[in-house]
Amino acid sequence: MAAYSVNGAEIEHDEEGYITDVSQWNRDLAQIIADAEGLDMTDEHWSVVDFLREYYNEYQIAPAVRVLVKAVKKKFGPEKGSNKYLYELFPYGPAKQACKVAGLPKPTGCV
Amino acid sequence: MTEYNFETEGVKKTITYLNRKAPYGTIYALEVLESVLISAAFEQHANIVFVDDGVFQIKKDQDTADLDMKCFLPTYGIIEMEKEDADEDEDMDMNWRIIVEKESMEARGLTTDDFKIEVEVLSSAELADVLDTSDAVIGG
Repeated sequence: MAAYSVNGAEIEHDEEGYITDVSQWNRDLAQIIADAEGLDMTDEHWSVVDFLREYYNEYQIAPAVRVLVKAVKKKFGPEKGSNKYLYELFPYGPAKQACKVAGLPKPTGCV
Repeated sequence: MTEYNFETEGVKKTITYLNRKAPYGTIYALEVLESVLISAAFEQHANIVFVDDGVFQIKKDQDTADLDMKCFLPTYGIIEMEKEDADEDEDMDMNWRIIVEKESMEARGLTTDDFKIEVEVLSSAELADVLDTSDAVIGG
């Protein structure tokens, strides 16, 4: 299985780049995945990633996009609380791309 | 041939999800849980009911290590969170109830303290009224 090299450690990922063990995630790894995805990580990007990880830790699944939109709205204000804004941050789909950076399993939904 | 109406704008139904089986061993519990979460996306009214061995689905302290299966007990917390969210948000017309049947609970020696989430306890007769007033009942 392919793996990311992070500070001398090998962290396995599947054929699409999702890491296989959620607990191996760290910020340096997230930056490496983001670079590979061509994402320029801003504070807003990191907030989404942090929210995804917190939600996953608590409920053991990734949130619905609707829930993610609501959380972003709460944090950054109504003008940023939209699906469109999330797509601006993660052009290849907020769920799929942000989950990959956050080290979560690939979501089963379509975004 | 039956004519189907796919116009869903503004449609509001009350759906009862009837959980009757233990959480592991079959896929029923997980499938119903996923359906409930989807209905939240459409802001539908829902009664999430636990009867028979279904009451074990929300029992605290589950350990699935020996089953080699992921424990999805924490995921039921989303139901509780969605319900609270809907109750607090005045703009949201979504009424959820999380119900445990009293007889099923007592027959298994459980009390509400044994559950991971906050529930409403109804007798079998009261539950019959809930089913009666639902637009649809989905069993699992």
